[in-house]
Amino acid sequence: MTSATESIQKQAWHAGLVAFFSKWGTIITIFVLLIFFSATMPSFRTPSNMVTIMRSIAIVTVIATGITVSLTVDGFDLSVGSVATFAVALIMSFFVWYGWGTIPAILVTLLVTLIVAVVNSFLIVKLRIYDLLATLATMFIFEGVAMTYTGGGSISQGMPRLDGTPTTGTIPPEFRLIGQSPYIIIIMLVIVAIIHIFLTYTKHGRYLYIVGGNREAARLSGIPVNRYRTLAYFLSTLLAAMGGIMLGARIGSAQINAGAGYLMPAVAAAFIGFSVAGVKKPNAVGTLIGAILVGLLENGLIMMSVPYYSLNIIKGLVLAIALAITYYRKHE
Amino acid sequence: MESKHTLEMKGISIEFPGVKALDHVDFAVKSGEIHALVGANGAGKSTLMKILGGAYEHYVGEIFFDGKQVDIRTPHDAKELGIDVVYQEVDTALIPYLTVAENIMLDVMANEMKGEHFIRWGHIHRRAREVMKLVGIDLDTHKLVQDLSLAEKQMVLIARALATNTNLLVLDEPTAPLSQTETEELFRLMRDLSKNQNVGIVFISHRLPEIFEICETITILRDGQVVAETTVDQLTQQKLVELMLGQRFEETYPKTHVTIGDVIFEVKNLNEEYGRVRDVSFTVRAGEIIGVTGLVGAGKTELCKTLFGVYPVKSGEILLHGEPMTIKSPHAAVKQHVALVPEERRKEGVLVDEPAFVNLTLPSLDRFTKRLAFVDTRAERTEARKVIQDLGIRTPSENQKVAYLSGGNQQKVAVGKWLIADAEIYIFDEPTKGVDVGAKHDIFELIGELAKRGKGIIYASSEIPEILDISDRIYVMYDYTIVKEFKTSEATEEAILYYSAGGQ
Repeated sequence: MTSATESIQKQAWHAGLVAFFSKWGTIITIFVLLIFFSATMPSFRTPSNMVTIMRSIAIVTVIATGITVSLTVDGFDLSVGSVATFAVALIMSFFVWYGWGTIPAILVTLLVTLIVAVVNSFLIVKLRIYDLLATLATMFIFEGVAMTYTGGGSISQGMPRLDGTPTTGTIPPEFRLIGQSPYIIIIMLVIVAIIHIFLTYTKHGRYLYIVGGNREAARLSGIPVNRYRTLAYFLSTLLAAMGGIMLGARIGSAQINAGAGYLMPAVAAAFIGFSVAGVKKPNAVGTLIGAILVGLLENGLIMMSVPYYSLNIIKGLVLAIALAITYYRKHE
Repeated sequence: MESKHTLEMKGISIEFPGVKALDHVDFAVKSGEIHALVGANGAGKSTLMKILGGAYEHYVGEIFFDGKQVDIRTPHDAKELGIDVVYQEVDTALIPYLTVAENIMLDVMANEMKGEHFIRWGHIHRRAREVMKLVGIDLDTHKLVQDLSLAEKQMVLIARALATNTNLLVLDEPTAPLSQTETEELFRLMRDLSKNQNVGIVFISHRLPEIFEICETITILRDGQVVAETTVDQLTQQKLVELMLGQRFEETYPKTHVTIGDVIFEVKNLNEEYGRVRDVSFTVRAGEIIGVTGLVGAGKTELCKTLFGVYPVKSGEILLHGEPMTIKSPHAAVKQHVALVPEERRKEGVLVDEPAFVNLTLPSLDRFTKRLAFVDTRAERTEARKVIQDLGIRTPSENQKVAYLSGGNQQKVAVGKWLIADAEIYIFDEPTKGVDVGAKHDIFELIGELAKRGKGIIYASSEIPEILDISDRIYVMYDYTIVKEFKTSEATEEAILYYSAGGQ
């Protein structure tokens, strides 16, 4: 009798522990890492390094909020990395090849990249291809489009175009400011705040979650499901393009596949964000915290002289753990 | 092969949590005969056949095969005795991306390849062709099953059963999805199997004329017990219906008295794109409750979904207050003041992971939004609390997740969300399915209340006693169309069932 009660108590305790860690594990891990890195490396705990971390995660976070929005409708946008690459190529060409000003260059870049959203939503909503597979295809397509557009090379100030035509355009200094702290950090925080408010407090955010939660019930409640799924893919592309523009401002040139490296940490951040504070839904604030965790880890490990070629092992592990926490809870 | 086999089930009882599904049932069938098994919904037909097919372990009673006692507890046990059950949902038993040959030979490949590791494809296709010849169907064995019609899939399943030694074949409502010619083809096959191959066949169908056409012997179940076992020529359709229904004691529900107004909703010659609604016409008056009934698979749900824009309309007219409506999607239906409480409550009616208030305000969220589409949660909760109180939804608060509410209370949420939305036409599809008596009463009262407010109500259910209690007029559906209209005051359960079962 007693042993039975004990085992039940033990089980309840065990279940409580699992629930506690899936809820607060991310935040605890961030603190543990902070304490560990600070204790072992004095240079880590300097304010300037903290700013460096925040600056380094800004682009990942913005791209990750895009993925987050696609996740709200139970979708998944893998094409965000290619959208970022495409955006960098476009905006740099507008500056360097055509000598445009900052504002028109940004606006036209955002507008043109929405082609990706049109293709994504056509494949997913109209042709009913699995989102993961459809965006896998568009990921390759637009990586190729970006490369074809730049002629397979990079674009930077003063560099002639591929056919040898010299370029006279310059990258406006005010555009470069976007890529520097504190502006890049402020932009990130504003975007996270806007998306958070949009998802949590507006009718549209509510609908996105409902569509993701149960598409059929949403449809039978009169929600225009396909319109909201399309909206989600437009937003994810828009946010990825913003991430790309920030990336362009940061590095000041368009490199081949510049955005590809951001996909994985962004996916990790979005999935870590699911479980933060027990929200159990894709959410913008959680995504920011996820990105902080990934950025912190990367920064600390680099400072600990872990070679860059081994970092992917750690980053991959973090993603695996984040996914494990998300899906382990879902199976309860 | 030619020796006669008999299968007897004696004193079979089985219980599920809270229900005694079968109570001392005796059932016997001989090889070479076609035996009908009939009963109303929930009488226990499918349960009995599942026991025979080895789907349940926990029944009591004895089974004899040729007088020898046998033990059937797993599908494998059943197969050993040559018992094959073709369940109603053919797609669950077939592998769509494999060929006809592989699907027919599935049991053989799974059970008779001990020690073999390579498939002899030539052999598989040859044997599949032999079996198909036996069944009398002509299909390319290389064709993928996903490209077959429903009738062809059924034939493949029957062929699979015959690929191994078969003494007894159980067909659970095989004709429900079939057309007239397909049904005749199936009957031809059934006759051939019983006469020439000496197979015993158990035939389950709700369509009474079919039973008189093809069966020799019959067992009638009612509420988990056998009420008659006889030969078909001893019966008439009328007598059969009486035996199926028996003297039933049902609680009745008081009908709210309402003065009925003019016609507000009219459907003319409605056809659904894929034939799931055929040439349906009916009218609904203000304050009137229309009962739509028919057997499972008669097309009630399909009609409800077509009216709500879930299924596409091919032709016909839908008029509200005399104005033609175009309902291309549920979104459009809601905008034009049509509401649907769907049959699959947990899948379609409510969002179980969301709190009650989110569910209740969902279709009318526009009314609770401020500038820039911000949701006014306070107004939302206030309204939700009001509905919770009005409908007597038992929940600690409006913040409770719907998953934690009982079935009846979930259903009240599914209804309640359309009260806030304030529709003109309310469509209820099996609203009392799986709810307890108390909640049923509440739902009936609520529907009465809606009628009082002059709404038009379409109440679809296969529970005929309920339809008789609540409706003003009744439309009976059979084979995706309306076959009979009754004034409720002039209708009887027997008459409704007669037309539901395809009586003319």
